[in-house]
Amino acid sequence: MRHFFTILGHEVRMLLVSPSTYVAGVLFLAVMGFIFTGILKSYSAAAQEISPAQVFFQLFWLPVLFLVPLLTMKCLAEERRLGTIETLLTTPVTTTEVVLGKFGAAYILYLLLWASTGVFFYILSRFAGDARFIDAAPLLGGYLFIAISGLLFIAVGVFSSSLSRNQAVAGIVTFTLLFGLIVGIRYLADIQALQTGVLQPMKAAIDYAQIFNHLDDFSRGIVDTRQLLFYLSGASLALIFSIFSVEAKLLHS
Amino acid sequence: MPDASTPAIEASHLVKHYAGVAAVNDISFTVARGEILGFLGPNGAGKSTTMRILTGYLPASGGSVRICGHNVATEGEAVRRAIGYMPENNPLPEDMRVGEYLYFRGRLKEMPRRKLSPRIDEVLELCDLKRVRHRIIGKLSKGFRQRVGIAEAILAEPPVIIMDEPTIGLDPHQILIVRDLIARLRGHMTVIISSHILPEIEVTCDRVLIINAGRVVAQGAPAELRRTILGQSLYELELAGDTDRLPTLLAGIDSTLAIAETGAPDSHGFRTVRLSTSRDDELGEQLLRAIAAEPRLRLRAISRAHSTLEDVFLAATRRSWDVIDEAPAAPSEPPAPQP
Repeated sequence: MRHFFTILGHEVRMLLVSPSTYVAGVLFLAVMGFIFTGILKSYSAAAQEISPAQVFFQLFWLPVLFLVPLLTMKCLAEERRLGTIETLLTTPVTTTEVVLGKFGAAYILYLLLWASTGVFFYILSRFAGDARFIDAAPLLGGYLFIAISGLLFIAVGVFSSSLSRNQAVAGIVTFTLLFGLIVGIRYLADIQALQTGVLQPMKAAIDYAQIFNHLDDFSRGIVDTRQLLFYLSGASLALIFSIFSVEAKLLHS
Repeated sequence: MPDASTPAIEASHLVKHYAGVAAVNDISFTVARGEILGFLGPNGAGKSTTMRILTGYLPASGGSVRICGHNVATEGEAVRRAIGYMPENNPLPEDMRVGEYLYFRGRLKEMPRRKLSPRIDEVLELCDLKRVRHRIIGKLSKGFRQRVGIAEAILAEPPVIIMDEPTIGLDPHQILIVRDLIARLRGHMTVIISSHILPEIEVTCDRVLIINAGRVVAQGAPAELRRTILGQSLYELELAGDTDRLPTLLAGIDSTLAIAETGAPDSHGFRTVRLSTSRDDELGEQLLRAIAAEPRLRLRAISRAHSTLEDVFLAATRRSWDVIDEAPAAPSEPPAPQP
């Protein structure tokens, strides 16, 4: 695993010296700030039942759908396009270390970008001077949800990136998979046919995979191990498939 | 545990199929430690594929390779520790600086930090890259990029270095630097290079392996190859007069001397006659004297054709095409890819 840290360190360094990281960060904060301002406006107009943090995190899918493809589409597709995967895999590095290193770097950046939105809440608490706006539990729960679901989302992105040498294709595949995962499952749960008795187990499985329900639980401060397992196993599965995908491309090239 | 007496590279009966087409078809060769081997072949002959199999990047469809005694298929990691590889087209990351790239590669190759910095300085010096150490690789010219690739391959001082067309895109001055560099590795590192520049291979390599359509068609030292493939020295004469007298004249000089080819006479009545002989030593003077003594022949020019590796290469690859064309296609064998 020593190469994992070499690759992770290198990837993080490359992200930190790349101007595109900062452009992405600024734009992400601009969009999130816009959303946050909108939420505050609605609060100033009328009293609401839930805390602003809860509303804010309920919109997590918007940045996830755009940010994750942008963060991950490059990682393996670019190596394949440039051919540097060949020099990389002819050093004493295993495919697992390469995939995990790339995944780790993208995940760290994802966390950093989300962590920077914490400033919004700091500003709010500083200037609103009203403790009711800042309810620590949903805030912590929300960030915990972002951190844990991020594992799966980034892993899906890394997997898509391993499928193609074209970054745009990888990005679109990531977007589609994430859309299916976050929004698609929600629609699936509403299908009438699933209400019948025979398909009841299927319905239960779909309900279990409802990412929006997970968010609600986390926001209320409930950390369910089944949900942790969902994200951890999903992320592991996506990463294992990425490793297979990289190796299969070599076998059948 | 493999010791120093095992050959650096042993490839036996390598086969690689791409979608039913055999890119590499039963290639076997051995490279001794410290030897420099040149890989020659027309485009699509299977050079790059063979090199990729040697590095363990591509699995072979059949056959086995041992690098310094380690089997490529089963001891991949030990093999990857023993090689420095520069792939075809020399892929490099676009957005890193030269020094950073070498540092990263050194770390991946498990070089200790303490030894890495002085080694990077040394390699930059060797490859004449000091000036561009802090430049971004994506903005370097082709020659510099190529040398960054070479620097990377020799960085960790592996016992085996495999370079796919290292001199492509270099100007003559840089080719000279690379040639010196490779010559300096002779004796303590095993080097395999492939190239299209035949004089290049002839100067640097101890041994040449010519492959065509996935098969080894010739191997040996350049001089040895010249003899076995072409089999003879060639003389070219420009003669006028009664050439019917020539055969008896030639028989008096050397029994193996024969007319290989006679051209049509030009406006002055001179025709080009090519003579071949299996003798290696110089026969020019005897030829001149014999023809000058014959009053019915007028000689305008005589030259000994020095066959280069290029002739050997052309002859060897043409010969194998002939073999493939003449052989009645066996129904079970897939058609050999024609470059």
